[in-house]
Amino acid sequence: MSEPSVTETQQDREKHSRIKDGSNRYRSTMLNIIPPIIFGSFVVGGWYFISYIALNENRRFLLRPPHKVLVDGFFDWSGNGGMEEILQSLWSSTKVAGIGLFFAILIGFVLATLMSQALTIEKAMFPFLVTLQAIPVLAIVPLIKFWWGSGQTSRVVVCIIISLFPIIVNTLFGLQSADRGIHDLFTLHHANRLTRLKKLMFPAALPAIFAGLRISAGLSVIGAIVGDFFFAKGEVGLGQLIKRFSADLQGEELLTAVILSAALGVVVFLIFTWIQNRVIGKWSDRSELIS
Amino acid sequence: MPDTSTSTLSFREIGMTFPDGTETLSGITFDISKGEFITVVGPSGCGKSTLLKIASGLLHPTDGSVTVDKDSLGYVFQDPTLLPWRTVIGNVELLCELHNIPKEERREKALQAIDLVGLSGFEHHYPKTLSGGMKMRTSLARTLTLRPPVFLFDEPFGAVDEITREHLNERTQQLFQSEGFAGLFITHSIAEAVFMSTKVLVMSARPGKIIGAFDIPFPYPRLPEIRFSPEFAKISGEISKTLRGGADE
Repeated sequence: MSEPSVTETQQDREKHSRIKDGSNRYRSTMLNIIPPIIFGSFVVGGWYFISYIALNENRRFLLRPPHKVLVDGFFDWSGNGGMEEILQSLWSSTKVAGIGLFFAILIGFVLATLMSQALTIEKAMFPFLVTLQAIPVLAIVPLIKFWWGSGQTSRVVVCIIISLFPIIVNTLFGLQSADRGIHDLFTLHHANRLTRLKKLMFPAALPAIFAGLRISAGLSVIGAIVGDFFFAKGEVGLGQLIKRFSADLQGEELLTAVILSAALGVVVFLIFTWIQNRVIGKWSDRSELIS
Repeated sequence: MPDTSTSTLSFREIGMTFPDGTETLSGITFDISKGEFITVVGPSGCGKSTLLKIASGLLHPTDGSVTVDKDSLGYVFQDPTLLPWRTVIGNVELLCELHNIPKEERREKALQAIDLVGLSGFEHHYPKTLSGGMKMRTSLARTLTLRPPVFLFDEPFGAVDEITREHLNERTQQLFQSEGFAGLFITHSIAEAVFMSTKVLVMSARPGKIIGAFDIPFPYPRLPEIRFSPEFAKISGEISKTLRGGADE
């Protein structure tokens, strides 16, 4: 027997929701653009206020006004503290963050997958992971220096330590989030461990994995810059540059470097959001993820 | 007592006490043969779902035994239990995939099953765009792909609205007719039980025991209208009375 009434209402409902989606999308775009612009204007206004009114002239180096940052920081291409140098170090930090994040993802996936396979493994490893997470990076800097020197490798290690934990926790949570009933279904049809992992647990984990990746991507940038402060050998990273600008009272360049490091963090976050929407946007009903 | 050798699924003196001491089932004995559709009705928490888990081997009874070929079972869960990242056809193909059935054959079986539940045209929809009834039909289609001789239904239509439920009951009844499986159905709804089944068993509150068995005499195919016939009302009334007696205990 067909169920015409049910099917029709379903189609109607879809049509309605599509129409509503159209106007909603416009409204949500406006909502995403207008308020940040207004708020941003207040921030820039406040910035000018502090630079020109709150600070008297001989202390103005503490906070350079926005247009000075633009002219002397962003539009000054060559020379000491020029854009060329800043971009080079930005690229160096991007590499460190990228390599660090890559290894954090690799290690995180392997550990989370192992932990998802047996409660004993999870219980055995978890306390140590929490401990690792709780150690301030500063405290293990000397150790890292012993083992890996003061170059890029050590900076990558800092990145890994800082960005590893959210990946493990989210991946593990995701792997364990698959529906009990579907697990029963797989059991009834004699699915082996690998099939279960591949066809059920891993896809079910994707939304949580992406939530973790988006956090860790930002942390890896922080890790790269923090790493720079302790390990200065080899290529000059953004953190090194920030340290130098600060020592030399190059306020415009300092702010430029800070803004660019924030931009790097935002860009990697957006990249992972984009990948997430490509991969799970079609089926995931967690709409809050799709922004 | 029917002869065990001809039955497809038989329960003998099943008792189930969980490790926390809750006695859920006690002395459950009955058989289901090909061409039978038996529905178990009972109050919430009387162990109806546990009975299906025992039949399928997901749980082992603390007493008694089950005789069934485990690979002959199709299990329709309480929830649609669809994989949200797969489209309707992807979900329906899942069981064939788990049994390593070649790709083309798998697709063919899936399309057939989708047609049987009336979801043709929705093959490439993701579950999040389907209504509750459609999700449940996808779940039904998934079970149908393997053509199991025994179907276990664990209160599958409990979460959909009344009209959709009636449609699903009619469809299930048709499938029972066309596929000729043996059915064991669990529900709270007396109307649903009487409409579809050859026999209705009534279970008491915990520990679940069978306190009544009613043969349903209506011939198949049953039209939706029989729900309003006096005889339907009479049987439903008797079942309701037995159910109430069991719940009061």
